[in-house]
Amino acid sequence: MTAGAETSTPRRAWRGFAVAAVAAAAFAWLVMQQGLWERWLGALFPAEAKPIYPSATLAQLAWEHLVIVGISSGLTLLVGLPLGVWVTRESGRDFHDIVAAAVDFGQTFPPIAVLAIMMPILGFGLWPAVVALFLYGLFPVVSNTVAGLEAVPVDALDAARGVGMGKVRILFAIELPLATRVIMAGIRTSVSINIGTATVAAAVGAGGLGDPIIGGIQVQNPAYVLEGALTAALLAVLADRLLAQTEGLLVPSHL
Amino acid sequence: MIRLEGVTKRYGDTVAVDDLTLEVPSGEVCVLIGPSGCGKTTTLRMINRLVEPTSGRIEVDGSDIMSASAVELRRHIGYAIQSVGLFPHLTVAGNIATVPKLLGWKRERIERRVAELLDLVGLDPAEYGTKYPRQLSGGEAQRIGVARALAADPPLLLMDEPFGAVDPLTRERLQAEFARIQRELRKTVIFVTHDVDEAIRLADRVALMRDGRLQQYETPEALIDHPANKFVHDFMGADRALKRLGRVSVDDVMRAEAPMIRDSDAEDIMRAACGSMRFVYVVDAEGVLLGWMDCVDVAGGVHPDEAITRIAWREAAVQSGSSLKEALSLMLALGFRSVAVVDGRGALLGEIGLADIESTMTAGDSHMAQPTEESAGEESS
Repeated sequence: MTAGAETSTPRRAWRGFAVAAVAAAAFAWLVMQQGLWERWLGALFPAEAKPIYPSATLAQLAWEHLVIVGISSGLTLLVGLPLGVWVTRESGRDFHDIVAAAVDFGQTFPPIAVLAIMMPILGFGLWPAVVALFLYGLFPVVSNTVAGLEAVPVDALDAARGVGMGKVRILFAIELPLATRVIMAGIRTSVSINIGTATVAAAVGAGGLGDPIIGGIQVQNPAYVLEGALTAALLAVLADRLLAQTEGLLVPSHL
Repeated sequence: MIRLEGVTKRYGDTVAVDDLTLEVPSGEVCVLIGPSGCGKTTTLRMINRLVEPTSGRIEVDGSDIMSASAVELRRHIGYAIQSVGLFPHLTVAGNIATVPKLLGWKRERIERRVAELLDLVGLDPAEYGTKYPRQLSGGEAQRIGVARALAADPPLLLMDEPFGAVDPLTRERLQAEFARIQRELRKTVIFVTHDVDEAIRLADRVALMRDGRLQQYETPEALIDHPANKFVHDFMGADRALKRLGRVSVDDVMRAEAPMIRDSDAEDIMRAACGSMRFVYVVDAEGVLLGWMDCVDVAGGVHPDEAITRIAWREAAVQSGSSLKEALSLMLALGFRSVAVVDGRGALLGEIGLADIESTMTAGDSHMAQPTEESAGEESS
């Protein structure tokens, strides 16, 4: 159904995507330059004997971080998108307010507290962190999915029904394409805050870029903190750009 | 043919449509009209099951609409609405192709059909096919809406104020085009409007509704001349004679042999063309109306070229498909006793005079009563 829309996707969107992909490759190269970081951080903090976090390489930490973010954001999308769709359907409309309140609560509840609660149940490591981040990131995905679907013009829906489209077809051929921009904005927000918040995962031993930050605080070495924080910030910006360019590919420029 | 039998729609305690029985013969335009909340749109939406009737029975071509799935039913009924409801993310071509795609047509067939329909509604396929809805004017969007409704060539068309959201000038043009298309395609059309003039112009028969009840179902002429009750009488308005004029097309009354010359004609031909006429029309090589030449001036010694008044045909001529009402209105506006009739590109087709309109109105009672007798005959059969 979207054949017309796809062919209209301008070259510009692909070029933007290519630029973002090159930036991602540059980032990957950068985190692998352990020696380079050591020299930079050493120059910035000449007082520190050990200017770089010794327990793991930056590349390892960044990879762990990506795994935590990937799993939790993946779960957020896997649950959040269908949930958002469901509460705008006839069958789920009654649950709209409850779900909205629940995801709102999920975001206002501090992730660090979720970690503390989940630890006795899920133990130490990756999984309590994934649960905390999953809940934390759910709100923007669900609320934007709902907002995007509710903003689809009523007359377009009436016409779609009137010409004989079934409910499933209306969802996939009309509603979701028209809501993509708003939904993508929610996904971008969710992933960005997830990358930042995932640094707390280190508190339960899940690793990632939070490790040098927490380690740096403990041994009072600001070089470690900067190493973790700077990389996490770069990663968040990069992820946002990549998603923005994906949005450019998914959403035709005329919308 | 569409039959509604004792159809009622209730929303809680409110009765939107009350025991409606209506029969629309194939190939006819039935206009549902009435004040807001009279149930006309609800009635329309029950025919393609966007609204399910509380009780009663609706048949399309002899089969109960409840016997098959609603989705399947709708694919065989054209649907055009006031807000148009074009899909903003699809091109014009993609929008028109919606139903053919649902029906699984082959790609080439769809492409051919889209071009055909754009032609039909008067838009250039090469230019408009790749446009997006938000690049269209209101009038263009409504044309595309109609084209989409016609896409799979459904025998039945439901139109809910399809020309409601455009300026009056565009609306008249769209109405004229609809009348032309309908003459060609002969669809069974249910058309909802609140505009009496639109109803009179387009309807074979008008169903006037009030508070969910059918007040009268008749030809426009009968509705004007023999209103069933005071409500019908008042609804049709005081300007009955003018409304009747709205029923007659200039094409049926115009004289096709309007005296004319070409602007390239030699002087003596121009002079000779005058004869005893007061003026003659002037056209270009393509027949497009340029203005007129004043024969009185020419007879008085003025050079023919000097005696020509040049005008823009859009402003000083009526287009084919217009009603006598528009022709009369233009005559009054221009202060002339006659006016030229042109086709869509301005080519002179003929002329219509005040006297022609008068004779249509007086002697013409039989002329206009004709459709009444015809449809009365169909009703009894």
